[in-house]
Amino acid sequence: MQDFALHRPTSAAAAVETCRGCDEGRYLAGGQSLIPMMKLDLALPSDLVSLAGIAELSGIRREGETLTIGAAETHAAVAESAEVAGAIPALAGLAARIGDAQVRNRGTLGGSIAHADPAADYPAALLALGAAIVTDRREIEAESFFAGPYETALEAGELIRAARFPIPEAAAYAKFPQPASKFALVGVFLARTAEGVRVAVTGAATTVFRADAIEQALERSFEASALDGLEIPPDGLTDNLDASAEYRAHLIGAMTRRALTAI
Amino acid sequence: MARMSLNVNGRDVSADVPDATLLVELLREHLDLRGVHVGCDTSQCGACSVLVDGRSVKSCTMFAGEADGSSVTTIEGLADGAELHPMQQAFRECHALQCGFCTPGMVLSAIDLLERQPDPGESEIREWLEGNLCRCTGYHNIVEAVKSCAAAQRS
Repeated sequence: MQDFALHRPTSAAAAVETCRGCDEGRYLAGGQSLIPMMKLDLALPSDLVSLAGIAELSGIRREGETLTIGAAETHAAVAESAEVAGAIPALAGLAARIGDAQVRNRGTLGGSIAHADPAADYPAALLALGAAIVTDRREIEAESFFAGPYETALEAGELIRAARFPIPEAAAYAKFPQPASKFALVGVFLARTAEGVRVAVTGAATTVFRADAIEQALERSFEASALDGLEIPPDGLTDNLDASAEYRAHLIGAMTRRALTAI
Repeated sequence: MARMSLNVNGRDVSADVPDATLLVELLREHLDLRGVHVGCDTSQCGACSVLVDGRSVKSCTMFAGEADGSSVTTIEGLADGAELHPMQQAFRECHALQCGFCTPGMVLSAIDLLERQPDPGESEIREWLEGNLCRCTGYHNIVEAVKSCAAAQRS
């Protein structure tokens, strides 16, 4: 692994300031994706700015119809949070099935969405729930946050502070995991909100996306039979060793039905 | 270089290591705790699992500098003299090992599970241990050991 300098600031402002002064600075959240990438020289930071000691990036709180989760909250903390279970149980369930126990003990919400793996679970929840990503300088709607595989709308040095989730009337997440990695071969997050039905799909393409045709069908009738006869074309879906594009298209329908029965 | 102080297996230690040092390297190479096994070094096998402030983590996927101020428990820190930790005892009684390479990680991960869920069902145990691979495929007796330890601790 290439050598680097590790910084451990204790405030978000100091973290941003430290990162700004570095050649190739990267924030280090739980490190569950970044450290393996560094071992493979796929990431070559000159400096890592650890976010572990910054209390203001933690915290889970519900205010009215919004649930705010600090960027540094681990998947395990979200999975075990009574606040999350009460407001958006599907989100707690999603966090409980990310990776494995050790990964959930270290990996964080902010780290996952900044990394933007095309098969990660959280992006589906953010997009389906219409969440906002709160950074050190602005709020970014999930809709315009995920730009491509491992690409986001974050500027250089921009730090995620939290994600703000509008609480839906009902929601469910169904994932068909790649059996070794537990990343989603296909994951479907379904939310029924005051503004309508929102369905986000992860793992199936180069980035998370909303399934418009499924949303429209469920808007007409919120039950599995609404999907009867609905063709999901494999065009543009990921086709690789793990699964063909046709199989992923099939899984989108199957996971949507599974999510519907869980609501 | 990172200067750090942490508690390892009940003992306060300080170390001066390069920033790119992984926790597993600190434990094995600087503190000579060779029970922390490096299996895959790619965050998959869980043989290097240790407890950091009571929670299981893969020590190959955490930098040593991030453990500054933490309490770390490795397999060497579980027994009290000749008296095994109840989870070690259960692994011994159930013969929950074949080659033994994955065992330290399995034992520590299972301890983390019982801290959180004192009465796990079989599927819960199997799901929890997904981060620990046994290449001898000796899972059956490992699951039996965790069940047996849970039952012993409840009674």
